[in-house]
Amino acid sequence: MSGRDVVLGRVRRALADVPGGEGPGGPPVVRDYRRVHGSRTTAETVDLLAGNLADYRAIVHRSDAEGLPALIGRLLAERGARTVVVPPGLERSWTAAADVRLVEDRASSTPHELDAVDSVVTGCALALAETGTIVLDAGPDQGRRRITLIPDHHLCVVRVPDQVVGSVPEALPRLSPGRPLTWISGPSATSDIELDRVEGVHGPRTLEVILLAGGAGAG
Amino acid sequence: MRVALFVTCINDLLHPRTGRAVVTLLERLGVAVDFPAAQSCCGQPQFNTGYRHAAEPLVRRFDRAFRDYAYVVTPSGSCAAMVRDNYPRIGAKAAAEGRGRELADAAALAVPKTYELTEFLVDVLEVTDVGAYYPHTVTYHPTCHGLRMLGLGDRPRRLLSHVRGLELRELPGAEECCGFGGTFAVKNPAVSAAMGADKVRQVIGTGAEAVCTVDNSCLLHIGGTLTRQGSTVRPVHIAEILASTEGSVW
Amino acid sequence: MSGTYLGMPAFPKAAAVSTRDSRLRANLAHATRTIRDKRARAVAELDDWAQLRAAGAAVKDRTLRHLDHYLEQLEAAVTAAGGHVHWAADAKEANRIVTALVRETGEHEVVKVKSMATQEIGLNEALAEAGIRAYETDLAELIVQLGDDLPSHILVPAIHRNRAEIRDIFRREMGNWGRPAPDDLSDSPAELAEAARRHLREKFLSAKVGISGANFMVAETGTLVVVESEGNGRMCLTLPQTLISVVGIEKVVPTWQDLEIFLQLLPRSSTAERMNPYTSTWTGTTDGDGPESFHLVLLDNGRTDTLADTVGRQALRCIRCSACLNVCPVYERAGGHAYGSPYPGPIGAIITPQLRGVEGTLEASLPYASSLCGACYEVCPVAIDIPEVLVHLRERVVEGGPVTRGGARTVLRPARGHAAERAAMRAAGWVLGHPGVLRAGMRFAARTRKLHPRRLPGPGRAWSDTRDLPAVPAESFRDWWQRTRGTGSVPAKQAGDEK
Repeated sequence: MSGRDVVLGRVRRALADVPGGEGPGGPPVVRDYRRVHGSRTTAETVDLLAGNLADYRAIVHRSDAEGLPALIGRLLAERGARTVVVPPGLERSWTAAADVRLVEDRASSTPHELDAVDSVVTGCALALAETGTIVLDAGPDQGRRRITLIPDHHLCVVRVPDQVVGSVPEALPRLSPGRPLTWISGPSATSDIELDRVEGVHGPRTLEVILLAGGAGAG
Repeated sequence: MRVALFVTCINDLLHPRTGRAVVTLLERLGVAVDFPAAQSCCGQPQFNTGYRHAAEPLVRRFDRAFRDYAYVVTPSGSCAAMVRDNYPRIGAKAAAEGRGRELADAAALAVPKTYELTEFLVDVLEVTDVGAYYPHTVTYHPTCHGLRMLGLGDRPRRLLSHVRGLELRELPGAEECCGFGGTFAVKNPAVSAAMGADKVRQVIGTGAEAVCTVDNSCLLHIGGTLTRQGSTVRPVHIAEILASTEGSVW
Repeated sequence: MSGTYLGMPAFPKAAAVSTRDSRLRANLAHATRTIRDKRARAVAELDDWAQLRAAGAAVKDRTLRHLDHYLEQLEAAVTAAGGHVHWAADAKEANRIVTALVRETGEHEVVKVKSMATQEIGLNEALAEAGIRAYETDLAELIVQLGDDLPSHILVPAIHRNRAEIRDIFRREMGNWGRPAPDDLSDSPAELAEAARRHLREKFLSAKVGISGANFMVAETGTLVVVESEGNGRMCLTLPQTLISVVGIEKVVPTWQDLEIFLQLLPRSSTAERMNPYTSTWTGTTDGDGPESFHLVLLDNGRTDTLADTVGRQALRCIRCSACLNVCPVYERAGGHAYGSPYPGPIGAIITPQLRGVEGTLEASLPYASSLCGACYEVCPVAIDIPEVLVHLRERVVEGGPVTRGGARTVLRPARGHAAERAAMRAAGWVLGHPGVLRAGMRFAARTRKLHPRRLPGPGRAWSDTRDLPAVPAESFRDWWQRTRGTGSVPAKQAGDEK
């Protein structure tokens, strides 16, 4: 007998008490929890996102489409970044004012090559205000998961308000489970030493988020 | 109004003062009190140690002793919780074992009429000022079963806050278990003693003259630890504070 | 401490030693109190916590009641997305499957993201026997591995170590495993985290095989979810060519939407954050992004035996947040190692005896490692009534009864070693069942009270070593009542009239 048959057979015997007529949809689950906590205007939701991002030590900036290239250029310069990896679908204009060497991510590039890169600039799939979270779904302006993982500095552009949702329940229906997702809430951190939070372990130790106003126009 | 007092076995043998205090207090509030002599132990020591079947006769005995009463009042959060939370479990398990509904029916009768003392005062008699006088500093330890199983909330504190002469001192870490836990105290003596020592340190730190709870079982442990350490802080059941008056300081 | 839980003593014996370790007590008190208050604040931010908690429990219960359906659905979805699904009835089978998968790659090193399931089955030891070295990459697991130690907490396996001890372990051991710690390493948590980053960097960048667990598996989509903080999880999940995830069968949830409950419950209960820094989800394999080969090993190892117990089953709702450990007064004083398993604390006290059976000395002692204070149940985000299950398992220990072991139903005999207690309980039951006898006993106790010692010999020392015995009053309550009020209650009819 295969492991599969053994385990499934045990499961079925263990559930002898479950009435035969009860389908996998039962018993009912009451979902009377909130879809979103509190009521906010769009602007307030964006403010909450900014506040919660900052609370977990992300550095938050605001910009419009016109000012974005200069802002990105300035942030990369302040960081001292010389090489920057960008996903293939990133708006060219965003990095046009940056005085850096742009490295396009290719399937053949190795983790070691990425380790030599200073920064990464991406867009995102969406952002959650209540938790201060940005979500990447490996879309064309975000690239493969590894490019936002190995460089020590991540600049992420969120189009507001289009890409901002209030809560976890509002986020999931807008995300495709078929795509590899990375939810990011602040720079990497650990509580492993005396259960006290310390920022900066293996992932990017600096996360900068640019809230790009007039998202619809830019998109 | 007439109620049956379920004094509990620990109070019967070791803390009769508490039982007498309940009688004094309830009668002062115009309640007639009966003590059905057929009562015994709620069965918690057996049940919580794993001897469910040994607790079953005590469920039947509880049912027989209190069947004719609409209210059963007990000065023990733990024993009230045993009746309310665990009697239905005992009944359901017996039924599932094919032994009929007798215990489940007994549990169903016992649950709605069993009240811990402070619940009865606040919820049924709707009184928080019981006219008590107790000229001492007191700290209150909310015992686990009263706090979490019965959900007594602030009822004991509301009652204490109306006692004339009483000064309530906040107990740091109040909601943490004292380490008694019935047979836990002897099955895991090292951990139980460590918990008791920490609780007693907090109690002494309040500078209160007395530590008060709704359960003498926890006070047995806290008090025994206090006296062993040579402390003069007195363990006192809330019933004894509420029974105390200017004419007769308890 | 060597890296095995085998032959661990019963809980009270181990706890008697650990409660005297003042440094351990201080480390645990500091850490658990820090997180306790933070968790309370994080939970208080959501005014629908009770509804989320109830929904979380309901989703898990529904899944467990139809686990065969959801596992088959999951298997189909993972396979359709390019993954391979394996089924392991026990630890040995799971280790055999993983070892064979690693061998097929030709590699002799793997990187691991913290996983309770692989701790439970002793995967690292099994791989070592096959000549494969497993590198733990979670900071706390790294501390445990470098220190040749055992985990003592679900979320923070090195919680029993303070910063100075961690610095000493890093300085002494890192060089034996790879890049050494800097000579001037201080005990500041930021510097320790930096040392771990440098030490593991090369391992991540060159790793060909990653091994993980998962927090959730979504049946309808075949998606796996790993919730983490440090980024070591992302490294292990995305850089290697081969990914092997070993996951307990109870980790499945029916729908993508169900994650909206658990991604709110878990971070706030676990690290007391609104959201943990990184959550990764993946479905099978993705061309050009991440592992080319993905294997899911579904682990039973006692879970179906647990499922067969209609009371104990609720333990399988557990999402491994460790909130129950952090509030437990027993855990705080005894420490995690006393529980003799990777699952310590209140949840461990109900999981370990169910996964392994209650026949062993340690396993039989675990259901008693609790004062039944209920703090664990109060904070559990999926409402596992841990005290209820503890008492249920105590019954299995002392009374025996029907259980399922290795998929087969059997009837357990009452544990030996409880014979005296059983006799005492029976005798007490008889006395308590006969109020006349009870009254006589109380009178005897009252009359002999001057002779009662303040300290007891033999087993009674368990009480009287640290606590005085209460004095027995001269008159019991029932004697006082009879003396002052007469025979007892009013006739039943009269009482009935008053109702």
